[in-house]
Amino acid sequence: MLGVLLLAFSLVTIIHSELCRPDAQNAFKVRLSIKTALGDNAYAWDASEEYLFKAMVAFAMRRYSNKATTQISNVLLCNMTERVSFWFVVTDSARNVTTVPGSEVEAAIRMNRNRINSAFLLTDNTLQFLKISSTLSPPIEPTVPVWLVVFGVVLCLVVAGILLLVVSGIRQYKKKKHESAETGDLEDNSNTPVTTENGIPCDILDLKAGQINGVYAADDERLTPL
Amino acid sequence: MEKPRPLWGNPLQFVFACISYAVGLGNVWRFPYLCQMYGGGGFLIPYFIMLIIEGMPLLYLELAVGQHMRQGSIGVWKIISPYLSGVGIASVVVSFFLSMYYNVINAWSFWYLFHSFQDPLPWANCPLNSNHTGYDEECAKTSSTQYFWYRKTLNISSSIEEYGSIHWEQAVCLILAWLVVYLCILRGTESTGKVVYVTASLPYLVLFIYLIRGLTLHGAVNGLIYMFTPKLEQLANPKTWINAATQIFFSLGLGFGSLIAFASYNEPNNNCERYAIIISLINSSTSIFASIVTFSIYGFKATFNYENCLSKVILLLTNVFDLEEGALTADNLDSMKDYLTSTYPNQYAELLPQIKNCSLEAELDTAVQGTGLAFIVYSEAIKNMEVSQLYSVLYFIMLLMLGIGSMLGNTAAILTPLTDSKFLSTHLPKEVISGIVCFINCIVGLVFTMEAGNYWFDIFNDYAATLSLLLIVLVETIAVCYIYGLRKFEKDLLLMLGHKPNWYWKIMWAFASPVLIISLFIFYLTDYIRTGTLQYQAWDATQGQLVTKDYPSYALAVIGLLVAASTMCIPIGALIIFIMKRLKKRSVSTLE
Repeated sequence: MLGVLLLAFSLVTIIHSELCRPDAQNAFKVRLSIKTALGDNAYAWDASEEYLFKAMVAFAMRRYSNKATTQISNVLLCNMTERVSFWFVVTDSARNVTTVPGSEVEAAIRMNRNRINSAFLLTDNTLQFLKISSTLSPPIEPTVPVWLVVFGVVLCLVVAGILLLVVSGIRQYKKKKHESAETGDLEDNSNTPVTTENGIPCDILDLKAGQINGVYAADDERLTPL
Repeated sequence: MEKPRPLWGNPLQFVFACISYAVGLGNVWRFPYLCQMYGGGGFLIPYFIMLIIEGMPLLYLELAVGQHMRQGSIGVWKIISPYLSGVGIASVVVSFFLSMYYNVINAWSFWYLFHSFQDPLPWANCPLNSNHTGYDEECAKTSSTQYFWYRKTLNISSSIEEYGSIHWEQAVCLILAWLVVYLCILRGTESTGKVVYVTASLPYLVLFIYLIRGLTLHGAVNGLIYMFTPKLEQLANPKTWINAATQIFFSLGLGFGSLIAFASYNEPNNNCERYAIIISLINSSTSIFASIVTFSIYGFKATFNYENCLSKVILLLTNVFDLEEGALTADNLDSMKDYLTSTYPNQYAELLPQIKNCSLEAELDTAVQGTGLAFIVYSEAIKNMEVSQLYSVLYFIMLLMLGIGSMLGNTAAILTPLTDSKFLSTHLPKEVISGIVCFINCIVGLVFTMEAGNYWFDIFNDYAATLSLLLIVLVETIAVCYIYGLRKFEKDLLLMLGHKPNWYWKIMWAFASPVLIISLFIFYLTDYIRTGTLQYQAWDATQGQLVTKDYPSYALAVIGLLVAASTMCIPIGALIIFIMKRLKKRSVSTLE
């Protein structure tokens, strides 16, 4: 009796170790980075957490296939490391010696990824199922591109400024023409040639008639004081 | 018939206009690069020597000439000698080329500015690929900031031959940039004089804010130490001196005719000697100020990348060897690496190609200049700061102010000779002339918004102005000193300012600067001849990095045309005047 039990136990263990080993068929590697995610609030990974993991995978399989046949005992974990990484397989509940195809497991995990992550307070980056790619959430796109709005505002301001200057310039020009037409030949200022000396118009020099020309200022010093 | 010449409202407007023109993007993105490449703090020695030998004297020369003759560049050289009217035309042509491509930079600044109002910044993250399982392929190979620049902003093609289509978003930004420039130059000095108050002072405010922010960033000190440790052995490298001379030369914007144009709107007795010294000193100190800011940003970025690199290596080792989390830290990384090599030699050997040797020195050594620095490196640093939108907006407004300030000078260089010419100014008001110039430049500038546009931009940036300006300024200096006569020029300065220039100015004008320019000219010619075929950097989307390619023959033809179009104006102008005079003499002699 004892011998039969021992034989059965060793058989199961051997089968388990055959089913769940690194790079086995339909096995997946899981990696957790609890300290990176939670810092000081990190929990320790122990047997209870392993139990929770098995429960979550079983839950995912049940949700996916919609039949309540997967048991926690169907999920096998092995090769636990300090990293907190391990391999797992899901065995078929009907026939205990085979594993559920990897594609089904993958689809089930993908469907319930959010629930599994939240159970462990982790994210897609910190609870990694290698070989199962996660769907990244796209960035939020506003309905109207923001840059066009700002561009539109600046463009309107600039065009308004240009129109303002152009219109006021035209008005000034018309006013000047109107004025000079009124005064007509009386002043005749538009026909007066501007006298220049050395390329400098005299009227400009006259504006600063009061300025001391340095050339002559220097001469003052040479006059002997009385 | 002649209207009195418009003047600056007050001398401060003139100074601000010159500062706004001289202090441009080159101070921000070229000087820090040169500082880094050619000896750090030691580069300041050749820089200041060149400032004294060529910077100040040539600036004073142009300002004095413009202020005395009170004409744009074409009129000024015609007065000095009729055979030199070609020099003025060459200046206008070079300014025209410059304004064609320079405003595209403002268009890019507008683009980045408008995109800074988003949270998170669009260049902070890579976009996802089509089935949302990972990041876009091109973006994953390079960084998100480079992807945003090359793909989203430029939509660059992989070589200059592939034109592609016009990028409409860039095109509208370019049109906006030209509208802004038109708004500023519409009324001539009346409007320009007021705008330069803003364009000259706002960049300093932003630089100051960035200085405070930059110095308080983590790792900024690394960058500053790296920059300021002088590597005096670089002083023996002739390239150091040549680059210092070139930087002073182009940074002040000599030879374009802008300084002559600005000075022509001055009162005749304006003390341009004092202003020449002030402007050149302000320009150089702004370069140094900007490079302090740039290097603290560099230091921050390098430290950030270095720490990122270390974390990646740590993560890789932790995952492969299934070590406990937190067992590997930056401090024990080396000792742990040795331990792992000895315990798991095979696995470690397999892993070796993936483990990068993270080095802070290597990160600091990546010297970048030009648009790469301004739009890639800075935006990368900005996205890692807190309140990144604010800093981004400030930074791109600063770039805009610098760019628009320089554009005002460029357009003044083109418009002043045009409005001076009696033919045009009688038929068209100056608003229409400005409008036509802006319109033509805008249409031509649309070429730079095509997919291959950035390659054409690089051609214009590297070749449109360099050789031509050296020749123009050389001819200018020789013309004033030897053709017009140094004594006559001295007397003019006496009339304008009240004192003669002292021996320092005279020696620099007559000997030092021409000799320096001739040696620069010879150096560049021999450099072009020696390197044989010209090459450019093309963006390879499949690799996610720049590759070197040769220019096709038509691009080389365009380069030759650019250089020839401006340099040939000088001899052709002289020849035409010579022929006209000969014909006149002959017609006079036949009448007798």
